[in-house]
Amino acid sequence: MALKIVKGSIDRMFDKNLQDLVRGIRNHKEDEAKYISTCIDEIKQELKQDNIAVKANAVCKLTYLQMLGYDVSWAAFNIVEVMSSSKFTYKRIGYLAASQCFHESTDVIMLTTNQIRKDLSSPNQYDTGVALTGLSCFVTPDLARDLANDIMTLMSHTKPYIRKKAVLIMYKVFLKYPESLRPAFPRLKEKLEDPDPGVQSAAVNVICELARRNPKNYLSLAPLFFKLMTSSTNNWVLIKIIKLFGALTPLEPRLGKKLIEPLTNLIHSTSAMSLLYECVNTVIAVLISLSSGMPNHSASIQLCVQKLRILIEDSDQNLKYLGLLAMSKILKTHPKSVQSHKDLILQCLDDKDESIRLRALDLLYGMVSKKNLMEIVKKLMLHVDKAEGTTYRDELLTKIIDICSQSNYQYITNFEWYISILVELTRLEGTRHGHLIASQMLDVAIRVKAIRGFAVAQMATLLDNAHLLTGNMQRMGICEVLYAAAWICGEFSEHLENPMQTLEAMLRPKVATLPGHIQAVYVQNAAKLFATVLKSQEGNTDSTAAQETSQLMIDRLPLFVQSANLEVQERASCILQLVKYIQKLQQKDVEVAEEVSALFAGELNPVAPKAQKKVPVPEGLDLDSWINEPPSESESEDEQPKAIFAKEEPKHSRPRREEVDEKELAKRREARKQEQANNPFYIKASPSSQKVYQEAPGVEHIPVVQIDLSVPLKVPGLPMSDQYVKLEEERRQKERAEKKKKEKKKRKEKRSGRGKKHDSGPESEEDITPAHQVDIVTEEMPENALPSDDDDKDPNDPHKALDIDLDKPLADSEKLPVRSHRAAEAPKSPTEDGDATSQEPKKKSSKEKREKKKDKDRDRKSKEEKKKKKHKHEEKGEDLLGGEAEEPVVQSEETNEVAAPPTSTSAEVSDLDFWLSNAPVPSNTQETATVAAAEAAPMPEATSGIAPDSEPDEPKDTEMEETKSSKHKKKKQKKEKEEKEKKKKKKHHHHHHHSDGGGEEAVQNGTVEEEEPLPPMSNYCLLAENSYVKMMMEDADEVYDIQGNLQDGSQVVVSVIFENKCDSFLKSMEFNVLDSLNSKLQRPEGSGPHDGLTVPFQLPPGVSNEARFVFTVQSIIMPQKLKGTLTFIVKNEDSSTHEKLDFKLHFTCTSYLITTPCYSDAFAKLLESGDLKCSSVRLEGVNMPFHHLLARICFHHHFSVVERIDSCASMYSRSIQGHHVCLLVKVSAQTVSIDAKCDEPTLLGNVLDEIKQTFSQC
Amino acid sequence: MIKAILIFNNHGKPRLIRFYQYFAEDMQQQIIRETFHLVSKRDDNVCNFLEGGSLIGGSDYKLIYRHYATLYFVFCVDSSESELGILDLIQVFVETLDKCFENVCELDLIFHMDKVHYILQEVVMGGMVLETNMNEITTQVDVQNRMEKSEGGLSAAPARAVSAVKNMNLPEIPRNINIGDINIKVPSLSPF
Repeated sequence: MALKIVKGSIDRMFDKNLQDLVRGIRNHKEDEAKYISTCIDEIKQELKQDNIAVKANAVCKLTYLQMLGYDVSWAAFNIVEVMSSSKFTYKRIGYLAASQCFHESTDVIMLTTNQIRKDLSSPNQYDTGVALTGLSCFVTPDLARDLANDIMTLMSHTKPYIRKKAVLIMYKVFLKYPESLRPAFPRLKEKLEDPDPGVQSAAVNVICELARRNPKNYLSLAPLFFKLMTSSTNNWVLIKIIKLFGALTPLEPRLGKKLIEPLTNLIHSTSAMSLLYECVNTVIAVLISLSSGMPNHSASIQLCVQKLRILIEDSDQNLKYLGLLAMSKILKTHPKSVQSHKDLILQCLDDKDESIRLRALDLLYGMVSKKNLMEIVKKLMLHVDKAEGTTYRDELLTKIIDICSQSNYQYITNFEWYISILVELTRLEGTRHGHLIASQMLDVAIRVKAIRGFAVAQMATLLDNAHLLTGNMQRMGICEVLYAAAWICGEFSEHLENPMQTLEAMLRPKVATLPGHIQAVYVQNAAKLFATVLKSQEGNTDSTAAQETSQLMIDRLPLFVQSANLEVQERASCILQLVKYIQKLQQKDVEVAEEVSALFAGELNPVAPKAQKKVPVPEGLDLDSWINEPPSESESEDEQPKAIFAKEEPKHSRPRREEVDEKELAKRREARKQEQANNPFYIKASPSSQKVYQEAPGVEHIPVVQIDLSVPLKVPGLPMSDQYVKLEEERRQKERAEKKKKEKKKRKEKRSGRGKKHDSGPESEEDITPAHQVDIVTEEMPENALPSDDDDKDPNDPHKALDIDLDKPLADSEKLPVRSHRAAEAPKSPTEDGDATSQEPKKKSSKEKREKKKDKDRDRKSKEEKKKKKHKHEEKGEDLLGGEAEEPVVQSEETNEVAAPPTSTSAEVSDLDFWLSNAPVPSNTQETATVAAAEAAPMPEATSGIAPDSEPDEPKDTEMEETKSSKHKKKKQKKEKEEKEKKKKKKHHHHHHHSDGGGEEAVQNGTVEEEEPLPPMSNYCLLAENSYVKMMMEDADEVYDIQGNLQDGSQVVVSVIFENKCDSFLKSMEFNVLDSLNSKLQRPEGSGPHDGLTVPFQLPPGVSNEARFVFTVQSIIMPQKLKGTLTFIVKNEDSSTHEKLDFKLHFTCTSYLITTPCYSDAFAKLLESGDLKCSSVRLEGVNMPFHHLLARICFHHHFSVVERIDSCASMYSRSIQGHHVCLLVKVSAQTVSIDAKCDEPTLLGNVLDEIKQTFSQC
Repeated sequence: MIKAILIFNNHGKPRLIRFYQYFAEDMQQQIIRETFHLVSKRDDNVCNFLEGGSLIGGSDYKLIYRHYATLYFVFCVDSSESELGILDLIQVFVETLDKCFENVCELDLIFHMDKVHYILQEVVMGGMVLETNMNEITTQVDVQNRMEKSEGGLSAAPARAVSAVKNMNLPEIPRNINIGDINIKVPSLSPF
């Protein structure tokens, strides 16, 4: 036994260790692969031994082989064995190997959980350290979930060495297991103030990484970071924090204001270039975020630009590079301050360093103007000639095109020059961007009508000299331009001077060597040219010329008919037959030119690339709803008839069809084989169709002329762009001279004209007018295209899941899973997971102060009581409704729960506000708007409880209307929000941002509301109708709401939700309203004034859907009631019945108001203008907090708070027809006085009445 | 975040690769080749930042590298890292190597890839900068190396002795000796 041990240990001495392996590989340079494979065999043997030292040695060698590119995943289990060794030496080897080759799909990883946990709690800090390091590389969602708690404890380890590693790894854990973020965050935050600088730095690091992706959740940490920034001396930490601030400032302009001073100080004081650079970067970010609000920061911009200039002028290439990089950020918002450094940037274009040249190129993009475009492009063209190495040259090429084509060719004054630049670019050898040039040529020729003649001439020359472009295989990329050339010559052939020559050029046999898609264009456009040529030749007396042309086509086209490319072949044979027919007609002396050219009549307009995406979804079309409801298993009884029906069909048809298919297929296959065998044109199993095609007769004996391309090409007859530069200069001079004359005459007029044109560029540039009146055809878009430019975010971004509100206090359920055997854990259902993540982002969006929490809690309690009452009431009232009444209650409680979290937003936000408020606040309005939006949130719930509660004894009619009207408002609000979201146009950004929270609440309440109006409504019908109606009540719900249409001042869109609550199928629904003088339902053309509108869907049981109806409203100053009827057919298994339901639409005046943000200065101006009529109202006995009162007005009557001072607030709203409504709300004791001003007194009176009514209800 | 750290020599031979995001082995090699291709054609007096590595990251990522004698140290980082900061970090890393290996040269990296990894692990962890203080790094590395030595203890002694023999450029000897004989011929090497 002893001997065996001894032998083992001796054996081991002569095992190859890592050094031996490396040495061996170095000694076997010629047969490295073979040597390594023997080594791997050895390693496999070693891994089979029991001795852990041998195994560790083998694993160590595998790590090396992994670096050389060998897959070592087969040894994963052995790696785990080595990891679990008790010796640090081996453990370290094991973890290293694991970190190099484990990944999420390595299945043995799940075996490591307990080992890692053991190591994490090891008394030896280095065991823990090694485990943490390893884990950071291969953590999986499972490991993250199971170990999150252990790692969190390590964050408070006594040793800073462990603490900093534990802090860092938390980031990885968050990424893999987002649920851990909230529970772990408080401790992570503590670590920002850890005594150990390393730990502190790690915490800053992690939070910066987190905040970079979802900055808004970390705004509340700004004061803490600010403190760190002013106190820390660690440049690493400072850099990170400053970078973080750069990400935060766009969200909070006040933060930027506060930052500028300390950052400027740092810029002046620091000697570390890295810190200086980051400071400048963040100052730039601040300036960008402030640029909208505060125009005057020229001093800071100057400082930045000046510092950057120093960097750029530095001899250190790195600084130069970074200087240019930062400069490009300034360029976006303050182009003028960068433009003054044009000299420096142009100088950088000559730099030997490619990175720097590329950066300088980027900057050029923003520096061009009408004035200097030609000069800059000329310079770039010089670089193109000089540039060796295709990548940089290609980059230059794309930049030239980018610069010229930017903002719809804004800076191009002479398109002839641009075309000639493009033509010159075709001379580039080996560029990959032929298609780019081609698309520019096409774009310019299509969209700039005036240039077509010139472009066609140029393209014709290009086609004529096509051999120069295609002669060399290297130049294949550039032959793409022939695609454009051929198309332009064909499409605009009327501009050709010598169409015959071009036609000939396009039918040269050499063309057959071009790529297929280009040949196809050649063939098609040869036909277009043919039409033009015919037209001109028939005009002449000589008919033989025309016939010769046809003959030319007939001679040349067969070459293309033999093409291997389908498209070419198809087009060619088609056109060939056509020409043959034409020839026949010509021989009979028939005039054909007119008819031939009719083939290509009409103009092709450019279509915007996004046009398809922007086609709006037609009203009433819900792309997400089922066309046919999928059969649900639960409702087996109802489904049965349908199911049988559905099953029967396939029984009849499908199996039979399959049989047919199989027989048919076999038959067809056979036939095809036969046909193929007999068909001489069918290429039988040829390995390369290209080859066959080249063997085709006619191509072989074409002499291929080799052209020596070592000499830079100059396409004969092509004008140099420089010529145009000169011409343009002359033209401009002339113009200037003329203008001076004119200016003397009309100086005054000019000045006013200038003011208007101001946005077109710097003043001096306006003197330059385009050479010819350029009519740039805009790209076609679908009618009523949606303007939204929704940026598509990557849905797979792991950081999305980390978008979690961190200021919210932890709920009991939010705990990290504590050490337990995994099997014991109840597996989370995927839906639960989904809910958790999908709800979280919802919760965090609204910002509120903590003080609201109490009020809300109170609110909630009272609401719940009310709900209970309501519940009882309904149970007593109607058995039929009992079941349904349950639902709304449950739902509203849900909304409560969802709504509750945002109310409890932590003190940090208010702290932040307080902290920020030390700095001068850029605009108070935003802040108040936030509050208002936040305050709006609790209100809907209050009413949702109240509405059904309201006076059951009242006449049914009014009751129904009340519920309706309250509902209108809410739904309207919701709709508005949605529409606002859609519009996003010029709405003030901040307001929009803040309104989100409220919007979501409203949506949720909307869904609650939808169910509630049913009882009164059905009651009403029951009274009014005959015995049918009883059934009706169960059958259908009808819910509607009214919203002012924001686009059209005289239109109101009413959305009606139809809900089928019965077990039968509802169809053929017709919606009809009795028009009044003032309001009319918009009906499709051709239908009479009393015809109903068909609801564009059917309702299967339990399904609801929404339809919209447009009403034209003449005057909006008075509330309106419209009577209407809904008729529909109820379809049961055995019968179908016709039913109807009456209703009343109530348009309140407030439903014509649109929540519009207004700023205090604008508001003041409005009040001062004196156009507004005054009116006031006094409400007694209103017993609610002031902010509730405001929120209520905001919510129900669509006002926004302009300013609030103590118990006094000004509010604003606007009607769909543009009436301004201003309120001044004052409260003292229980009396609320509202002074209002509006330019339409009647409207104002009605709105005030409605406000009064709202408050009298509570 | 640092996405990858690559060390290769002037011929593109990898000396250490450390990816903080999973790539399959062949992809890793491709990235090394691409990176080498990009880096090697640059003069020494141009800037140390490079965009345009297409395989790793994309537009948000940059290659930041330094060239020391025969070795390139390349860090692939995203925009959350400070460019100049990473350059400093590379310097710190190399100086630490120099301290730990005493006048580090390429050979040290070739034969002690594992040790280089252990040093790197004290500088960067999971793609995030762990420590930038050189003294702190060397202290931790030293402590761990001492632990390894003490653990090795007696059982490691023969292995060390043999590897000392091997390092005397007699690589062929162990292979030629019959293992059965060794038991007798070199008993003195074994303490048992």
